[in-house]
Amino acid sequence: MPFEWFVALRYLREGRIQTVLILLGVSTGVGVIIFLSALITGLQSSLIENTLGSQAHVVVRPPEEMPRLLHDGRVEGTDPAAVARGLAPGEDALAVRLEKPAQRLRSINQWPQVMRDIEKVNGVTAVSPLVAGSAFVTRGEATRSVALRGIDPERFTRIIDMPSRMATGVFRVEGTEAVIGTGLAMDLGVRIGDRIRVLTAEGRTDVFTIAGIFDLQNKGVNDSWVLVSLKSAQNLLDLSGGISAIEMRVEKIFAAESIAQSVARRTGLIAESWMALNGQLLVGLRSQSSSSTMIQAFVVVAVALGIASVLVVWVVQKNREIGILRAFGTTRRQILRVFLIQGLLLGAAGWIVGVGIGTVLSLIFASLATNPDGSPTFPVNLSAQLFLGTFAMALSVGLLSATAPARRAAALDPAEAIHHG
Amino acid sequence: MADLITAGRAATKSDGTQPVVLLEQVTRDFGESVITRVLKGIDFRLETGEFTALTGPSGSGKSTLLNLIGLLDRATSGRVCLDGVDTAGLDDTALTRLRGRSIGFVFQFHHLLPAFTAVENVMLPGIARDGRPSEALRKQAEQMLVRMGMADRLRFKPGQLSGGQQQRVAIARALCLGPKLILADEPTGNLDTAASDQVFDLMRQINREEHAAFLVVTHDPSIAARCDRVVELVDGNIVSDRAPVRA
Repeated sequence: MPFEWFVALRYLREGRIQTVLILLGVSTGVGVIIFLSALITGLQSSLIENTLGSQAHVVVRPPEEMPRLLHDGRVEGTDPAAVARGLAPGEDALAVRLEKPAQRLRSINQWPQVMRDIEKVNGVTAVSPLVAGSAFVTRGEATRSVALRGIDPERFTRIIDMPSRMATGVFRVEGTEAVIGTGLAMDLGVRIGDRIRVLTAEGRTDVFTIAGIFDLQNKGVNDSWVLVSLKSAQNLLDLSGGISAIEMRVEKIFAAESIAQSVARRTGLIAESWMALNGQLLVGLRSQSSSSTMIQAFVVVAVALGIASVLVVWVVQKNREIGILRAFGTTRRQILRVFLIQGLLLGAAGWIVGVGIGTVLSLIFASLATNPDGSPTFPVNLSAQLFLGTFAMALSVGLLSATAPARRAAALDPAEAIHHG
Repeated sequence: MADLITAGRAATKSDGTQPVVLLEQVTRDFGESVITRVLKGIDFRLETGEFTALTGPSGSGKSTLLNLIGLLDRATSGRVCLDGVDTAGLDDTALTRLRGRSIGFVFQFHHLLPAFTAVENVMLPGIARDGRPSEALRKQAEQMLVRMGMADRLRFKPGQLSGGQQQRVAIARALCLGPKLILADEPTGNLDTAASDQVFDLMRQINREEHAAFLVVTHDPSIAARCDRVVELVDGNIVSDRAPVRA
């Protein structure tokens, strides 16, 4: 064992109180950081999962219809109104008020080609066509307004994993089969095999048999979605052969916005990511992350100051011993290393204990409250990345906070230290 | 006085060997705004195997001189040579290495490291020099402690040893690497007469067997009387350098 390790380890073993104090500091810090990070990342991923569990990462739709100038008027004579607007005779009249036309349901031009193009975009993992519009569902006396969604079941499953989200029945929308949410099924009092009538504002109507009832853990979706085949929706919404949107899933969910922008540039269509559609959620997640980062930064600073102050006291107490070590041939560099090694060892040992504290705290917290399905209400995310990150942090904090005391020890004048301690 | 100094030097001057310590016109000043000259142009030689006492009243500069010879401090002016090496041009690391290689220290209050056992304390200078402990070092340290009559106390920590035993461990530590010079700052100042005699006799024995030079700072006339040579320092000057006056 090298000299520096030999001395550092022995001093740690002998200086029990200081060692225990520093270990407590580091392990509490690491424990808090692990617990906090595990909880916040767990909550965040659960929030994101819930949000994205019922929506596509990016939705592409046709561009909005813009107002067109129908009359190209020229100012005649000295029209007082035109003069008041700053126009001279002979100048072009300008539109003073632009009125956006009501957006009708339109198809994406040459959508099969567009879909193929989008599939080639880097980071896109699934693409699915969608025909969506408003409709009513009636059953007996009950009428509900619903979101009618015509889908390609195979492709749609790659966007939202429907088969695993079925409460009863199967996910199948062949012919006149439909799949609805648990909320709507309850409202209408329907079960598998029952029939419902779907009616659009244009008066088109069709009858569907309930093949399955899904639960996407989202009340709005469960209460309103009626999934039918692409063809049925095209007929009902008068969009023969067309689709109203393309839904996409991407590999990295936080890359969704940049992928949406690149798709929009490529196709000239409107592409909206889940991040743009859930701005509030994103702001919430970001502020949660920054407050967590801030707390962690303060914990790190507190731990570093704790280690540094205990080590400084230690160096002062050991002044004479350091002087003696120097007298019989220990170099300044060796003394410096002894204290840096102590910092490193304390960081590493504190991390080990801290991992235990953080993990136990997280698991206890996760087990405190559970959902009806047994999953924790406050999920925690204890990842290898978190453990490695805190390990690197504990080592750096240990090393950095030992630097000042170590330099102080190395700079001691041996004669002075031996005689005055 | 000058005659006395010359007479004291004459005994060791003519053998032609290189001195272990050679000081020429060494001064040492302290203070910034008010400068106090503690050593005022010291000339001093210490030959191999010499057992010399350094005496003088408190504040005469004994500790400062010992620190300069022990390379724990640097002279304000003049030459300090150790074992033929002029130390003026050496940086801190080179000085430390030279100190570790050539000098052993014995302090008044033993200054053992309480966290380490007797044998580890004796090994530490060797571990610092080699970079790591070794079996050879351990054997050497154990043998040295056995020579000091500490065979049954090898694994004891300093806190478990008496004052005399602690000082014997400290001497073993100073001698373990076979230095050419042992600097002892009142090595028996903290011991009762019996322990003091034992420790001194041990140092004398080592001096005879190993031919290491000893420079022993002492206030005790009976210790000084048992040395080969007594150098007296008063007010930063060597005022006498002679053979001891034996009772």
